[in-house]
Amino acid sequence: MFYREAGDFKTSYVDDNQTFPIAFDRYRYYLVLIVGLGVIPFLLNDYWANSILIPFLIYAIAAIGLNILTGYCGQVSLGTGGFMAVGAYTSYKLMTAFPWMDMVSVTLLSGFMTALVGVAFGLPSLRIKGFYLAVATLAAQFFLVWMFNKVPWFYNYSASGQISAPERTLFGMAVTGPNAEAWVKYVFCFSLVFVLAWVARNLTRGSVGRQWMAIRDMDIAAEIIGVNPLKAKLTAFAVSSFYVGISGALLFTVYLGAVEVGEAYGIQKSFLVLFMIIIGGLGSIFGSFAGAAFMVLLPVALKVLLVDTMGWDTALATHFQFVIVGALIMFFLIVEPHGLARLWALLKEKLRLWPFPH
Amino acid sequence: MPDQLIFAMEVTLNGLMTGVMYALVALGFVLIFKASGIFNYAQGVMALFAAMTLVGIQDGRVPFAHLINEIFGTDIHYFGWEVPALLAIALTVVVMIGFALLVQKFVFKHLVGQEPIILFMATIGLAYFLEGVSDLMWGSEIRNLDVGLPQGINDAIDQATFDIFGYGFFIDNLDISATIVAIILVGGLIAYSQYTKNGRAMRAVADDHQAALSVGISLNYVWVLVWSLAGIVALVAGIMWGAKSGVQFSLSLIALKALPVLMLGGFTSIPGAIVGGLIIGVGEALFEFSIGPMIGGATENWFAYVLALVFLVFRPQGLFGEKIIERV
Repeated sequence: MFYREAGDFKTSYVDDNQTFPIAFDRYRYYLVLIVGLGVIPFLLNDYWANSILIPFLIYAIAAIGLNILTGYCGQVSLGTGGFMAVGAYTSYKLMTAFPWMDMVSVTLLSGFMTALVGVAFGLPSLRIKGFYLAVATLAAQFFLVWMFNKVPWFYNYSASGQISAPERTLFGMAVTGPNAEAWVKYVFCFSLVFVLAWVARNLTRGSVGRQWMAIRDMDIAAEIIGVNPLKAKLTAFAVSSFYVGISGALLFTVYLGAVEVGEAYGIQKSFLVLFMIIIGGLGSIFGSFAGAAFMVLLPVALKVLLVDTMGWDTALATHFQFVIVGALIMFFLIVEPHGLARLWALLKEKLRLWPFPH
Repeated sequence: MPDQLIFAMEVTLNGLMTGVMYALVALGFVLIFKASGIFNYAQGVMALFAAMTLVGIQDGRVPFAHLINEIFGTDIHYFGWEVPALLAIALTVVVMIGFALLVQKFVFKHLVGQEPIILFMATIGLAYFLEGVSDLMWGSEIRNLDVGLPQGINDAIDQATFDIFGYGFFIDNLDISATIVAIILVGGLIAYSQYTKNGRAMRAVADDHQAALSVGISLNYVWVLVWSLAGIVALVAGIMWGAKSGVQFSLSLIALKALPVLMLGGFTSIPGAIVGGLIIGVGEALFEFSIGPMIGGATENWFAYVLALVFLVFRPQGLFGEKIIERV
């Protein structure tokens, strides 16, 4: 009833090109922003922040990044964990070498460093395609994790081989370290997510994004109509790694605080982020958020259900969690291979006609 | 002869043996990928599941004991009998065939015609699922697997090389039996696909789904067949790796070792899997031996991938893969 274009007149090209052409969508978007920045920070407690909201926001950035590469440009990557590690270790080196640097600069510089590494590992994509490329990106995953484990300079020669985030501030408030308050971390992540998602949405709508999609749909045809595959693929790798690197940096600095590289940025992380974009929807920014929310909430929900409510043994519940996650993934792929974003789009189509379908 | 060279020879020989083990895992991938275009990430977990089932049946464990005890408050663990190795293997084969049937019926039948990436994700889901089921059924502790394969240093080789070089090579009996089993397995698979009706159907499906369908071959049947064969290959790989390093979770990670083998050899070629396995086995052993100590060791984690990556830049379809022809 409310969800339709009727009566929403566009009088300029700018209006016509806006991201949310339907008024209801726009208001919903503003509402999410108002609730996210104006309400949640005041109600937040540590449990909600640390087990749900902050990981959700951080993984959403990684999911957007991988979605740019895989969903928009069609290059499957299994090296996400390795690239996140690059972000984390860059931020660690920056934080320890330049203690006066504020967190925004640290995070963004980590992103740029990861973009460089991503471009280097993206070079083979010009020759290798499909699954061969997916497996080739595993080279990045294993090599980078090994390197951060074996070269002591990266972890400042600490005895344990771990890295831990020192306290750093932004506008005088601690963002990292044990004294950082939950709401500060949350607002910091939320703002970054907002800016990054906005940039990603507009990049994918613009000329660069259309080049990526042309490469994804058929690279030879794209080349013939004048898309430069070198430029398109490498920009996709660069932008994607930038996002993934920021996410990895935040995961270390804001969320975990102390990290052992093989555990936090192993191959499991690559698969986790890949799951997020497949379940959320390939080639959709909204899908990245939906997938991240799903994969963050699922283990929490299962734990609450099995261990807290039904009182099962933790080991048994963990095994069951594997079974359920695996089964759900297969179920999802069978029922809706295009992910939650597709379900959302179908729902919106229905809403436009409701309550008079025909 | 200088010592270094002799050591390098020993390392090469052991690398070849390890390569055979990698090839065993890679074989299962190739079988399924050829016939159905599914890149089966779950192959490693299938090996784990098969080995776990084998050990469980041998020891007479009660499946799902932990779960049953938790729900009904009972305390059962064993049936109290022991099953001889050969019978246990036969029973495990039956379980793997049953698994193939279920996978085809409940998952991949519904995903026919989907994009490769979706199928790949489904197999990752399958891997999670099977890992959970394996833990639920048989528990997650490390188990010893013993089906009567010889273990330990091979004295004959030790003695012979000592006579020639003045230094005895350490070659594990288990690796030698793995090599023999792998040769028999590959020979059997090739003979099966060349000389039997089912084998011909398999090759037809691998060649062209629609053409195979139009001459009356049931895709469903062939896929179940292929998944069963992959299950049996997984069982063999599981037995070998399990006997070598115990049956435990890390067994499922051998799938990751098989991936560069596949890239090198080509996803669609059985000889490619063998040759790729040997190259990777020798390459990573020699690299760890010669360069490894200089840069901190544990290079076998990534060397295979980087080798495959560099190789692919020059030959994108792998050694024996079909030539990639793209048209607009």
